[in-house]
Amino acid sequence: MRMLPILTRLAWRYLWRNHRRTLIMTGAIAIGAWAMIFMTALSRGMVDQMIHDGISILPGHVQLHNPEYIDDPSILNRVALDDGQLAERFDDAGFIAWASRVKVPAIVTSERESRGVTLLGIDPAAEENLSFVNYGEVEGRFLDGPDDSGIVLGAKLANTLETEVGKRVVLMSQDPDNDIADRGFRVVGLFRASMPAYEDGFVFVGKHTAQKMLRIGAATTEVVFLGDDYRNVEPVFEKVVAAVDDSVLVRRWYEVDTYLGTMLRVMDGFVLIWVVVIFLALSFGLVNTLVMAVFERVREIGLMMALGMKPGAILGQIIIESMLLLAVGLAIGDLLAWLSIQPIKDGLDISAVAKGMEMMGASSVLYPKLYLQDVVLANVVVMTLGFFASLSPAWRASRYEPVEAITKV
Amino acid sequence: MSAVRCVELCKTYRQGDEDIKALDHLSILVEKGDFVCLMSPSGGGKTTLLNAIGGLDIPDSGEVWIADRRIDQLSKGELADLRLANIGFVFQAYNLIPVLSAQENIEFVMQVQGVPAAERREKSLAILEEVGLEGLADRRPAEMSGGQQQRVAVARAIVSRPQLVLADEPTANLDSHTSGELMDLFTQLNEHHSTTFIIATHDQSVMRYAKRIVRMRDGRIVEDIDQHAA
Repeated sequence: MRMLPILTRLAWRYLWRNHRRTLIMTGAIAIGAWAMIFMTALSRGMVDQMIHDGISILPGHVQLHNPEYIDDPSILNRVALDDGQLAERFDDAGFIAWASRVKVPAIVTSERESRGVTLLGIDPAAEENLSFVNYGEVEGRFLDGPDDSGIVLGAKLANTLETEVGKRVVLMSQDPDNDIADRGFRVVGLFRASMPAYEDGFVFVGKHTAQKMLRIGAATTEVVFLGDDYRNVEPVFEKVVAAVDDSVLVRRWYEVDTYLGTMLRVMDGFVLIWVVVIFLALSFGLVNTLVMAVFERVREIGLMMALGMKPGAILGQIIIESMLLLAVGLAIGDLLAWLSIQPIKDGLDISAVAKGMEMMGASSVLYPKLYLQDVVLANVVVMTLGFFASLSPAWRASRYEPVEAITKV
Repeated sequence: MSAVRCVELCKTYRQGDEDIKALDHLSILVEKGDFVCLMSPSGGGKTTLLNAIGGLDIPDSGEVWIADRRIDQLSKGELADLRLANIGFVFQAYNLIPVLSAQENIEFVMQVQGVPAAERREKSLAILEEVGLEGLADRRPAEMSGGQQQRVAVARAIVSRPQLVLADEPTANLDSHTSGELMDLFTQLNEHHSTTFIIATHDQSVMRYAKRIVRMRDGRIVEDIDQHAA
């Protein structure tokens, strides 16, 4: 450790001895770091948005169902616990939000068209934090309670059905006895969603109204729970599991929507691969710079050895030089990435390619997400790989024979 | 007590198709506090002998002893430690680390030795004054003349008071006045601190400072004159 100050001083001075070469290499590392972090932030933003949208379509972070509901999501497979029992278990459990709902397939019919939809019988107050619908932006109004007798459709669906606020539609499904359960609803609101597909597939009615229509008493088909962080749902999951028995199935969001769960894992792997690929491109420049830096000062390395510096210290000096070069480049790259994300952090309109994005479940506005863990990962991976890349030139430098090095022309 | 003992040293270099005998069964004993001047025509083997004594080059055969320690079988790291603790070097050229200032160059060996910063600073400034370079502490080698650079190298070699100073043509780039001052400094150290000096040189003026003159040719000692006895 006592050698560290002199080795660092020598490394830093030698680094700037050929300042043009060092500036070029620093610039390359900075651009590489910027690309790693900026692209990762864009990708993270896209995946986060997809997951957020995916979760906000209704899964929440944890869901509870009748085990049979997974294969047959019909009114036959209701949750064994009624609203009262659920409230008793979960009202004071400390979730950000939780809600029970009736969610079954149905057909909605206007006087002109019919469409298959997913009927959602909800309590609007309980669902406010769980829904992809912004209640305040609904054309007309959103449901004002679980007993509301109106229906809220997606704007796109309303257009398909050629209906509008104030008109009536008929909703038809099955009751537990496999008889037709239907009811007329007045359209009280039209919602818009970040993805048009959502507007086409869901209709909202009051939960109690849906329960009456389907003749299921106080039963529901789905209960959802929301925690603090979709990346860490275990605390929520464990609380729910602890409060119920085997008659219900509790699943995390990524088990409910395996596509989204896989997407998150793929993204984590993608970030690492992206960082490594960029580093590999940089490593050629880094190793070349170090080889040249060693080659230029063979005599001086011989002199230092002659004066009593051990081979290990020479090795350390070259590695420190590499680490300093990378650290400066990374610091600049990190700063550039942060600066370039600031102007677009409130959303980048990618509507020009939004059609393709929607197919992947993403919206047309991308919100870059700069996570500290991604910045740390990029920096740590580059520094670690840089360390290994610099070993070869450093080792060569430390193996010089002093008498040969000092007389090198 | 001997400062340096070389026994039957041999070193052969290959130059093209020819083998050059740089050291040919050379033996020499240098007592502590001696001031030896090695003289030879170019290629006579004096630099090879200095390198062997300093552990910079390993002889093909024979033994090299510094004080009571045989050094020709030591590892690179052990040799580095030996040089750091016991030997001051002055080379003919390329003596300084170009990215360090004069003072930092002088402090370099002390820093590697682990001497505290305040002590290093005090000693380096004092030795700079001693070699007539006060005021040039912050100059980099490229900002100094050849003579000034050589004086910084000498200052670095002697600042930590090594037992043995090996100097290869130390006056080669100096004018006669500076050369005289440098040799006076060497003499002073030799007399006051019993530092052993082995100097390889062509410079006839250096000879008058030496206690002993060793003449070499083709890797052998052809004459060994004790000037005090003479």
